[in-house]
Amino acid sequence: MPTVHFTDAEGAVRDVQGNTGDSVMETAVRNGVPGIVAECGGSLSCATCHVFVREDCLAQLPPMEDMEDEMLYGTAVDREDNSRLSCQLRLTDELELFVTTPETQV
Amino acid sequence: MSTNAVEQAAPAAQAEGATPSSTPARTGLLIIGASQSGVQLAVSLRALGFDEHITLLGDEDHRPYQRPALSKEFLQGTVESESLIFRSNEYWAEHNVDLVKGEFIVRIDKNTDGSGTAHSSSGKQFPFKRLALTVGARARKLEIEGGDLDGVLYLRNADDALALKARVGDASDVVVIGGGFIGLEAASSLQKMGKNVTVLEFGPRLVGRAVGEETAQYFLQAHRSRGLDIRLSVSARRFIANDAPGERRPAVAGVELEDGTVLPAQIVLIGIGVIPNTQLAEQLGLTVDNGIVVDRFALASDGTTVAIGDCANMPNPVPGSAPGERIRLESVNNAIEHAKVAAYSLTGRREEYAGIPWFWSNQADLKLQIAGLCNGYDRTVLRRDEERGKFSVLYYRHGQVIAADCVNAPLDFMAVKNALAKGQNIPAEAAADAATPLKTITTDS
Ligand SMILES: Cc1cc2nc3c(=O)[nH]c(=O)nc-3n(C[C@H](O)[C@H](O)[C@H](O)COP(=O)(O)OP(=O)(O)OC[C@H]3O[C@@H](n4cnc5c(N)ncnc54)[C@H](O)[C@@H]3O)c2cc1C
Ligand code: FES
Repeated sequence: MPTVHFTDAEGAVRDVQGNTGDSVMETAVRNGVPGIVAECGGSLSCATCHVFVREDCLAQLPPMEDMEDEMLYGTAVDREDNSRLSCQLRLTDELELFVTTPETQV
Repeated sequence: MSTNAVEQAAPAAQAEGATPSSTPARTGLLIIGASQSGVQLAVSLRALGFDEHITLLGDEDHRPYQRPALSKEFLQGTVESESLIFRSNEYWAEHNVDLVKGEFIVRIDKNTDGSGTAHSSSGKQFPFKRLALTVGARARKLEIEGGDLDGVLYLRNADDALALKARVGDASDVVVIGGGFIGLEAASSLQKMGKNVTVLEFGPRLVGRAVGEETAQYFLQAHRSRGLDIRLSVSARRFIANDAPGERRPAVAGVELEDGTVLPAQIVLIGIGVIPNTQLAEQLGLTVDNGIVVDRFALASDGTTVAIGDCANMPNPVPGSAPGERIRLESVNNAIEHAKVAAYSLTGRREEYAGIPWFWSNQADLKLQIAGLCNGYDRTVLRRDEERGKFSVLYYRHGQVIAADCVNAPLDFMAVKNALAKGQNIPAEAAADAATPLKTITTDS
């Protein structure tokens, strides 16, 4: 089962088991993980599902499309090299992903 | 928390078949309307440490879900209904929120201290200490001949979307009435699904008042070039029935226009706006005027009931807007922000609603993002990048940027949204050069 480990800006960790095919954003929201707002529900319009991905996990993820790249310039906390929009990250069977949520999303 | 445990026991017993008239124990807060704003209110209250029991009640038989996808991804079948659900059942249980589905509240008795009892159409009673109305809006009906034919549909909730989806397979021609956001989104989705779609708009341009002239023109051309048949300044006179014998309910076969033209249609989808649900507020004697009138703290005229989201008429939340100006917004962003303000009010904090409204609409490959409100603009600046299909309009009042419509241009959208939030400006002359990133020319007003 795919697992996502969410660390919030204060360092508190929440491990959530997700379903293959769901996005990291959906997994977070449905379980009420704080730090992910996701106003647009995954339609790549809001940039309030921003996460920082642990460097060694980046390679497992699908490459970024132009739209995601542009949207990342509008995040509430400035983007870093390891920034992604979690609604664009789908869980795969054996995925074990470590992400940190920013201090604020809006 | 011990009293909460007792309070929770009642609805559980009900589910196991208690008589319909059995009365659940008094809930701390009764939220009527289990959708975007009601869900956010419950979630925000828990985040603020509100520890009273919450009942989140709605008339729909579904767990609370997000509406925007109904005209887009869900209609096209690219997302499943399960991914539209806001929160898992476990979340509600863990957070001591009772989710009540399928109960329509028809009457509320209320005391001056804010407490009272809500009565549902099935005869159940829901006593509360405090009340929140998050009842949203309903589709405006088009009352013309044939309006009750099978296949004449609206799109406001999941059941509407399911009814539409169920018919799509058999239909080749669809007429969409209304060239607003919902109509255009659904029309693009249905066109993508291989249907022959015609959009009829009564007004002289698309998307009414929500966007400026340039954006309306852009969408008109963009949709027409993608093969959508859009007819402006036309109105439907009546819907024509299919005279096939043996039908349970006669089905629609076409739309007759005022000039006598008949368009074939096995589905007619009507998207001509919404009407806020104010019946309960009226019955409670609350002030109502195009929505439930609330103050900056989301409180209705009785000073205790909160009303938020699509059903509420509130002071314009944009910082610096004209004093006394009121507005009713229909958007996810507003439902969320308004709910946060109401959550503060219910926990005794006075935090005014002040924010930059924003909105999105996805139509075919056109991603529209709107920041701010363009009411009262005196100048526009256009930015077009034909090659990359980007288009933005910035709106100005007295030299200050107040809003932007951006199509496939998230960088422009984000730059304007951020500038507005920080009270900054983007000088019009410099903004006219589409090659200049707006972020680089933003000034401190
Ligand atoms: C098809 C569609 C597409 C949309 N697309 C977008 C978009 O792209 N971007 C965007 O920002 N916004 C979009 N919106 C608008 C957005 O969904 C609404 O602004 C938002 O849902 C408002 O939330 P609300 O909770 O205030 O009201 P609603 O979502 O209308 O919820 C009110 C709820 O209260 C229930 N209710 C009403 N009366 C009673 C009663 N007496 N008893 C019990 N229950 C009751 C209703 O059944 C409903 O479930 C879209 C809306 C639709 C319908
Ligand atoms: S949820 Fe809106 S961009 Fe990811």
